[in-house]
Amino acid sequence: MTFTFDPSLSLYIHLADVAFVAFGVLALLGGLTAVAARHLIHAVLGLATSLVGVAGMYVYLGTHFIAAMQILIYVGAVCVAITFAVMLARSPSEEDQDPRIAPGKVVAGLCVGLFAGLILGAAVLRTQWRASATVVEGTIQQVGEGLLTHYAFVFELISLVLLIAIVGSVVLARRGRRTPGGK
Amino acid sequence: MQPLIFGHLEPYLIVALCLFVLGLYGLISRPGFIGMLISVELILNAAGLNFVAFNTFLAPDKTVGQTLTLFIMGLAAAEAAICLSIAVVVYRRFRTIVADDISELKS
Repeated sequence: MTFTFDPSLSLYIHLADVAFVAFGVLALLGGLTAVAARHLIHAVLGLATSLVGVAGMYVYLGTHFIAAMQILIYVGAVCVAITFAVMLARSPSEEDQDPRIAPGKVVAGLCVGLFAGLILGAAVLRTQWRASATVVEGTIQQVGEGLLTHYAFVFELISLVLLIAIVGSVVLARRGRRTPGGK
Repeated sequence: MQPLIFGHLEPYLIVALCLFVLGLYGLISRPGFIGMLISVELILNAAGLNFVAFNTFLAPDKTVGQTLTLFIMGLAAAEAAICLSIAVVVYRRFRTIVADDISELKS
């Protein structure tokens, strides 16, 4: 698929390009904050920013439903859950910063990240991507039909996994409460 | 006319690649459970962005990538719920969520 536009819209296309770059920078800066911030709550905020940037990219790809779900599920639910855990796992008197980031781990992380980044980046830039003709358009109606026909089994499986996860997390979090203070 | 940046596949892939590398770095360098979980969320997001970008530009059936990304989101939510409750339980028991300090089985 290629995006083609009327040449009379060129100003708007350039503005859209600028906004695309802004969303990309938002995603990357948020990701950088998420992995490098000293305070955990700053890391959660960076994660939320990065997720919003990725949601903007989904809009550019024409998948508005996925963008909305990204904001609802990730920014709305997962980030709030992580915030709750950050508050629960630390008593308020304690500083809520990640303790002692060991220099050896940082070096190891840099090595692995650079290795994966170089290999995957070379793969991205050197491959000649070839598009095939569109058969199914990919409207939200077709996605819904696919979920209920083609992927019905996986859909039910995911709902089962979610149910088990909810029950499991409730059981886990309750069991610790019976013996306050731990061992 | 063709848009300069957002009409091509590569910018999306590069953003996803950078998010993946950042997540990988964070997963290794972060000492705490919750920091690791945040990095895993970044990696899953990069995967989802890749799915949708490849699907929009290359695949004949444009519903597959969206469906898979929805599944990834559902699994990521389940994974986050489980991991966070495990982190809370571990904190209650050991009074720390630094992964290296929780080594009861090490003699």
